[in-house]
Amino acid sequence: MMRDLAVFAEGLTKSFGSTPALRGLDLAVPAGTVCGLLGPNGAGKTTAVRVLTTLLVPDSGTAFVDGVDVVRDAARARYRFGLVGQAAALDEAMSGRANLRMFGRLYHLSPREARRRADDLLERFDLADAADREVGTYSGGMRRRLDLAAGLLIAPAVLFLDEPTTGLDPRGRSEVWAAVRDLVAGGTAVVLTTQYLDEADRLADSIAVVDAGRVVATGTPDELKARVGAEHVDVVVASLDALPAARTAMRAATGMEPVVDVEERSLSAQLGPGGLAAVVRELDDAGVRVENLALRKPTLDEVFLEMTEDLAGATR
Amino acid sequence: MTTIRWTVSDGGVLVRREIGKLLRHPGELASELLLPAVLVLMFGYVFGSAISVPGGGDYREFLMPGLFAMVAMSGIATTATVVARDVGRGVMDRFRSMPMARSAVPVGHTAYSLVSGLVNFAGVTACALVVGWRPHNGLAATAAGFGLLFLFRYAVAWAGVLLGLAFRSEEAADHMVPFIFPMTMVANTFVPTDGMAPWLRVIADWNPVSAVSAACRTLWGNPGVPGEGAALPLRHPVEVSVLSSVVMIVVIAPIAVWMYQRAGRR
Repeated sequence: MMRDLAVFAEGLTKSFGSTPALRGLDLAVPAGTVCGLLGPNGAGKTTAVRVLTTLLVPDSGTAFVDGVDVVRDAARARYRFGLVGQAAALDEAMSGRANLRMFGRLYHLSPREARRRADDLLERFDLADAADREVGTYSGGMRRRLDLAAGLLIAPAVLFLDEPTTGLDPRGRSEVWAAVRDLVAGGTAVVLTTQYLDEADRLADSIAVVDAGRVVATGTPDELKARVGAEHVDVVVASLDALPAARTAMRAATGMEPVVDVEERSLSAQLGPGGLAAVVRELDDAGVRVENLALRKPTLDEVFLEMTEDLAGATR
Repeated sequence: MTTIRWTVSDGGVLVRREIGKLLRHPGELASELLLPAVLVLMFGYVFGSAISVPGGGDYREFLMPGLFAMVAMSGIATTATVVARDVGRGVMDRFRSMPMARSAVPVGHTAYSLVSGLVNFAGVTACALVVGWRPHNGLAATAAGFGLLFLFRYAVAWAGVLLGLAFRSEEAADHMVPFIFPMTMVANTFVPTDGMAPWLRVIADWNPVSAVSAACRTLWGNPGVPGEGAALPLRHPVEVSVLSSVVMIVVIAPIAVWMYQRAGRR
């Protein structure tokens, strides 16, 4: 079973002094898929990645990457994954090409192979023009792409990305996202940690919500959204005066207090048993002029808040 | 067997990395060579005019072995800075997540210290020859003096790896430099220790830098070789220098390799 999985972890625990970072984390990532580890700061995402990439030894539990035990057989496991950490792990005083060649040699590629891989990856990540410039002169997005390239020198079975777009501008983020999609198309499994819900939503086939050192929920983005509940309806009223009436109408139709945004003149609520029809009828009866009405699934933000709140409630 | 092969091969890649950077940034090299050159001028001609060498002899002949020892010692800061930079930028994590030989990184950094030492010693030798310094005891003794300098530089480079791993960032490592400089000054590098206050003189006499300068003075036949009444390390400077360097390597190298492997693994 776990031989077919790109990543398999069971019951990982790790404490720093008396502070537990992982409290029995389980994870299973099928080959060739993207798994997003989603959680707030300090949830244990980075610790989990550091354990899976042999940088940390867990206190207990087992973990396999591409079928190789990362604790007992760390040396062999290191040939199976690439790691792109939070800081761009590059030598700024060297050119992009020289960085890749050096890391290639340290992955024990032959000099010729290291040169060839470096040139291929520079081409693939659109860095060929800047290849001979010092990394110190690169933009944030370029560094991240070079960092990604360095994680792919050995064509790993799994690529770990620890907050790959933190600190990047929107353009840098979309560059990295495009690169990750390319990778997955090439058959590499990706485990990425992120605090950005839209990032997980866009990239991940499956999401593991991490909170307080444990995975509290897993599933596809759609499954997680479905789990939180019914679809939401967003209503924008034509004039500000109509807001109180609309609010009463929506409360009657859904049985819930809608979330009101005065500036946007919008109201939002989860659909009740009466569905969308009830909302439309109540608004109509109240004589509210509606400018826009839309049905949508809950956002991952809402999922996330709900799940971590549940947990906070459960531990209390 | 394969472990040793990969240690040498991976270490070699890291040495070539640093040499590549050295060639790419000749300006940094020049500035590194500038300090010894300035010290030759300052001490050789400004301060030196007021310093008398015990037992007589030319001050610049006395000064040069001290400067060589100082340059050897400065390797500790260079290595610490390079290591700390790799730790701070996450490069060390990348190394540690890669299938490299476990000791390759510290081995590579310390080996490179010998390469940068070669460049630095060559620069200082050029300055020394210009200001009139000469070794007087023949080729073998001259070579022995340089051999000792390289051995000492290699030993302190291991201490540098340890410091670099402890500091964890280039900025923190830079703060160490003001402490390294006095370590090379509270010694017999620039002035004989005879005139120092007794408590200071004990520190200076037992400073390994003093033993190394005294050893070079002895081997090269330069003035200022301590007499019978001197402290123990200065009466047997060659033996003490070799011994202290070897002890440093034997003790610190395993700790440094262990610390590198454990760094962040806690």
